[in-house]
Amino acid sequence: MRIDTTKEHSELAEDFIKDDEKASWHDGALWWIRQKRDIQANKTPQWEELRQAASDIKSNVISNLQQYLIQFEENLTKNGVKVYWADSAEEHNEIVYSILKAKEIDKMVKSKSMLTEELNLNEYLQERGIEVINSDLGEYIQQIDNEPPSHVVLPCIHKRKEEIAELFHTHLGTEKGMSDPTLLTRAARKHLRNVFHSRRANLTGVNFAVAETGEYVVCTNEGNADMGAHLAEVQIASMGLEKIIPEKKHLGIFLRLLARSATGQPITIYSSHHKKPRPGHEMHLILVDCGRSRLLGLKDFRDSLKCIKCGACMNTCPVYRKSGGLSYHNTITGPIGAILAPNLDMKRQADLPFASTLCGSCSNVCPVKIDIHVQLYKWRQEIVKSGYVSNSKSVSMKAMTLTLSSPALYKATGKTGRWLLKHAPFAVNNKFNPWYKQREMPYGPKESFGEWYEKNGKKDGKE
Amino acid sequence: MPDITKFKVQYDDILKQYVDTFTEISGTVRIADDVAGLKALLKADFDFTKRVVTTLPELQDIAELVSKEQTAHSYDNVEVAVIQSGLAVAENGAVWLTEQDMGHRVIPYICQHLAVLVKAEDIVSTLHNAYEKIGVEDSYGFAGFIGGPSKTADIEQALVLGAHGPLTMTVIIMK
Repeated sequence: MRIDTTKEHSELAEDFIKDDEKASWHDGALWWIRQKRDIQANKTPQWEELRQAASDIKSNVISNLQQYLIQFEENLTKNGVKVYWADSAEEHNEIVYSILKAKEIDKMVKSKSMLTEELNLNEYLQERGIEVINSDLGEYIQQIDNEPPSHVVLPCIHKRKEEIAELFHTHLGTEKGMSDPTLLTRAARKHLRNVFHSRRANLTGVNFAVAETGEYVVCTNEGNADMGAHLAEVQIASMGLEKIIPEKKHLGIFLRLLARSATGQPITIYSSHHKKPRPGHEMHLILVDCGRSRLLGLKDFRDSLKCIKCGACMNTCPVYRKSGGLSYHNTITGPIGAILAPNLDMKRQADLPFASTLCGSCSNVCPVKIDIHVQLYKWRQEIVKSGYVSNSKSVSMKAMTLTLSSPALYKATGKTGRWLLKHAPFAVNNKFNPWYKQREMPYGPKESFGEWYEKNGKKDGKE
Repeated sequence: MPDITKFKVQYDDILKQYVDTFTEISGTVRIADDVAGLKALLKADFDFTKRVVTTLPELQDIAELVSKEQTAHSYDNVEVAVIQSGLAVAENGAVWLTEQDMGHRVIPYICQHLAVLVKAEDIVSTLHNAYEKIGVEDSYGFAGFIGGPSKTADIEQALVLGAHGPLTMTVIIMK
């Protein structure tokens, strides 16, 4: 399925739920992961205190970012790592290109990095004749299908195994219709082993960067980041400025929270600490701003920089589970994506903060305690103020303002609504009413509370 | 900044906790009493007709010693790698391996089967205890926690062991 980039979340969600069976499976699969997270959270002593500590450490990072970044850079340089600063996607991609060009490398293998997805690195390099292969299985599947990841941790969770079987048949020559997950994984393993073996350059993302020691930690389950990094002669890491943590001992807090929150594992299989290049090899690290320092200046929204990309908010979100990640038309999807995206492009992403019921489940599972649902609510206000809401939304909001500010109109509207639901349900049960889609309209009550009170409330002689 | 010393939990039976956790994450635990026992156990568990490498000099009569002289790529056909870790974590089953323990950085990732030797007294309760032991002045250029065989669930959340790294991981505890 290609994504129409002009459509809004609600329209893309509508496309997603057309396949009822698949949408229900998606909903259930993510809820299962949420339950696995709960099991781990419940059996880890002091879980809530751990979340608070992680949140507090990240608050400290946000307040002292400049100091930690400088310290980190100094230590990296001491360790023999070359450091770069990139303000924009263009700058970042140019740096990667120049590193590769200097070594005359035209093929690179990449492990999971949501950042380079955000920066469109693959496209940039491909246009300049450099082939990039994503080696995380889910990301590899998304790449051969020419689609972005739909989830930060589970890139192709929106695909059924039969769809993957079809892709592998075309790209890897597996037997047609063979959809066994183990055999499909084996086919990818064999293919990507050759890729790791033959690539001279590797790029990874960064989960945590320790200011105190200048090392960075990459977490994976598949082992692809390590296969890539330790076989390549040029190792590149790209990280957003916010990935810094002050001290090495803080890794204890974050590594205990990350995998438990993400997939319900006690720790990711691999937590690799990269510090110095292998003798005779190169290590490069690119620090990327790309809107992050702007976010730092927005008091109501800066806490979103605490995110450790575990995906717990997606797994728990009733809207995400029902609408699929690709309906968010943003690299980072789900609730956290909906609060990060408007900072990058408020006009294009204006619909995302509205793709929520504001139930608050996301904030309750967030390992660094970001007040996601509060920020969603605040972004809505910013977006309305800036005039970026759709016409239908702004007209209905104006009508609502008018109705709620006039008691007479309020009463009349209520009465009409109740009358319609009772005597002429066809007037609301039709495709012109967006609330009717996928739902039955409720039965209208006989009378409003106002009417009931008028009759009963005054009986006792009390006002 | 929060006080994180309050998180140091001590399990009553650290060894049992380690064995339970590592088994839960699809790892295999074996217990050996001495080097002879270790060798017998390795011979029973793995296919020695294929390439078996180790960083432990006491095993060089049954396995090839990992050599710095060889390139990383030359280890692509390794069936089993036997290495030793000086630190394991009971709460999550992970072992800590520095590049000195690995011989070559790629060894524990490129082999088909990974066997790691751990002394019972080197197992600590939580990651907090582990980082306290690791310290900040450690001289490694690369190190990592490894907690189980490589895995993926990217296809319909079906768990598959052996994504890109080892298909199995065995921890052999020396009492």
